[in-house]
Amino acid sequence: MVARAELTEPVHPLDKYTRKGMIPHIWCPGCGNGIVLNAFLSALHELDFDMDKLVVVSGIGCIGRIAGYINADAFHTTHGRAIPFAFGVKVVRPDLEVVVISGDGDLFAIGGNHFIHAARRNVDMLVICVNNFNYGMTGGQVGPTTPLEAYTTTTPYENIEHPFNLVQLAAAAGAVYVARWTAVHPRRLKECIKKALGKKGFRFIEVVSPCPEEFGRRNRLRDAVAFMKELREKSVPARRKDPSEAYIGWDKIVVGEFVDIEKPEYTELLWAQIRAVQEKAMRGELRIAL
Amino acid sequence: MRVPSFNVYALKPKGAVHAHAREAVRMMGEERRLDILTGVWFTMGDIACAEGAIAAGCRFFAGYPITPATEIAERMAYRLPQVGGVYVQMEDEIASIAAVIGASWAGFKAMTATSGPGFSLMQENIGLAAMTETPCVIVNIMRGGPSTGQPTKMGQQDIMQARWGSHGDYEIIALAPASVQEMFDLTIEAFNYAERYRCPVMVMADETVGHMRERLVIPEPEEIEKRLVERKRAKGRVAPEEYAPFKADPEDLVPPMAHFGEGYHFYATGLTHDEWGRVRTDSAEAQFELVSRLCDKIRKNRANIVKYEAIGLEDADIVIVAYGIVSRPARAAVKEARREGIRAGLLRPITLWPFPEEQMADVGERAKAVIVAEVNYGQIVREVERFVPRQKVIFIPKLGERFHTPDELLMAIKKAVR
Repeated sequence: MVARAELTEPVHPLDKYTRKGMIPHIWCPGCGNGIVLNAFLSALHELDFDMDKLVVVSGIGCIGRIAGYINADAFHTTHGRAIPFAFGVKVVRPDLEVVVISGDGDLFAIGGNHFIHAARRNVDMLVICVNNFNYGMTGGQVGPTTPLEAYTTTTPYENIEHPFNLVQLAAAAGAVYVARWTAVHPRRLKECIKKALGKKGFRFIEVVSPCPEEFGRRNRLRDAVAFMKELREKSVPARRKDPSEAYIGWDKIVVGEFVDIEKPEYTELLWAQIRAVQEKAMRGELRIAL
Repeated sequence: MRVPSFNVYALKPKGAVHAHAREAVRMMGEERRLDILTGVWFTMGDIACAEGAIAAGCRFFAGYPITPATEIAERMAYRLPQVGGVYVQMEDEIASIAAVIGASWAGFKAMTATSGPGFSLMQENIGLAAMTETPCVIVNIMRGGPSTGQPTKMGQQDIMQARWGSHGDYEIIALAPASVQEMFDLTIEAFNYAERYRCPVMVMADETVGHMRERLVIPEPEEIEKRLVERKRAKGRVAPEEYAPFKADPEDLVPPMAHFGEGYHFYATGLTHDEWGRVRTDSAEAQFELVSRLCDKIRKNRANIVKYEAIGLEDADIVIVAYGIVSRPARAAVKEARREGIRAGLLRPITLWPFPEEQMADVGERAKAVIVAEVNYGQIVREVERFVPRQKVIFIPKLGERFHTPDELLMAIKKAVR
């Protein structure tokens, strides 16, 4: 018989990475968010990541709650504003690893402007977008990634808007690392997160994730397992590391790495400049009179 | 008070600047500091505001260009790197305030500066700062609205927005400087309040105060440092495993603050939360406990926060209520009325929020009439009327660049006394 005391000991290798008192999570059965959380925590675990150096920032929506489940410094911001908040943290504490995990609506509709500008600046941060094709928390409305012809509560006669291709958007905006996986690729996703955590600059990972409860039920994918199977069957590995390869649609989802380049990072440039200006000012070479 | 020798070197031809600056720093010797520019200057309100912020220890500024607050951003962009601080120009005002909140949680004193349209965009995250108890300073150099309005003309039209701009119940601290000197002094005070009470604090200056140039005296660094207040930190006070990020001390209702990267592993959210930061969206008790504390930490500390200037209130029959630049013609009118034998007085709220309620009620008890002069179509006058229920409240609105003249207010006093 197992002693009572032992039962309260951690029984899962990832327990120490989750926040006490916050689990169980709020996500629906069949949702991909838990897989993303698991992949992220597993990546941290395998990297033996210093959790004191990690800051997780999220926005609003189902996946926005993820910050609360991770046992690190974490902040749940307003809708769409996770990236500029994270930017403020990163520029003053470049020694911290800042990770933004949020949804497609949060990052690319209300927060789209912040995304492209953070990528343009190449500020050192990892952004993980869990793309479930709709606004799940509010009950399944059309979003910036909803495929053409999909039904949602606010496109009851079919979606007629062209969706964003997040990979191509991130690449065009200047991200140094861009990858796409789905929730049915948990190991690939984990390895991808590990690789991204080891890289400097603006890094972006899109995770296509099943939402059987809201998106699926209106698009003949109500069954969670069927939704996952669909994602597995439609996923095609990228032939080349090239954003133009990154097709996503009803018929297929190209997954893999699309960008992996190096370029000068923002906070390094910023602090090099600050140090140079400060020295110059201390030598009395700059005008400071009012 | 010393006048720094490099006060004038900017007037020298370009080639001579470096040599001259070296000379100036040498002449000032070891005492010269780059962060606090002790001396007597002739400068602009916006620049005094930036220097006040740097003197207060602000080392992060995020902003977006907007008339008439741009000079603050420009000065910060130039000055912050000199003192090891960070200036960033964001993609909009929403990003600016979000970055300010982030930098504050990373341990930096942080600020942004804007005007009406940008202030409107910031409102949602001002609510986030109030909810997550983030010390930060928001400067609003007020222009004419609504909408794009009159960007280069002065206004005092954002007074109620400062108080009620974000949704939900919260209390705010807002200061109204009336001179270039106060742009410096009250910006320091704004940081002190933000740090002390862990809340967003606003500096609400009208465009005239922001853009006019007059004398500014910056005291010795020791004198300023004596006045500075630093936030109550979790570090050194609570162990990480015992730390409840929103557990307030009962005496001041302010919780100690942990910063990112200190090992506290805290969670903060804009959702209703308990003292551990845990989401409590389903609990009426948690909602009441949190919202009432957020309001009470300002309300119950009112006596330590409220600032005002009073002239002749002891015996005044007629009292003018005016703030910002309008308080200056009002002061002249009161002085002139007194010279003519009319017992006039001035109540100038320096903290617009919390409003000097006790002082206003006191005026309501004694004075025969109250004149409210502001550059809007009726904002602080509503607050005055709340505390002056019986006496006549005469409201003199102004819109556009022409604010009240001393003569005009003197006439109003004379008319009221009849």
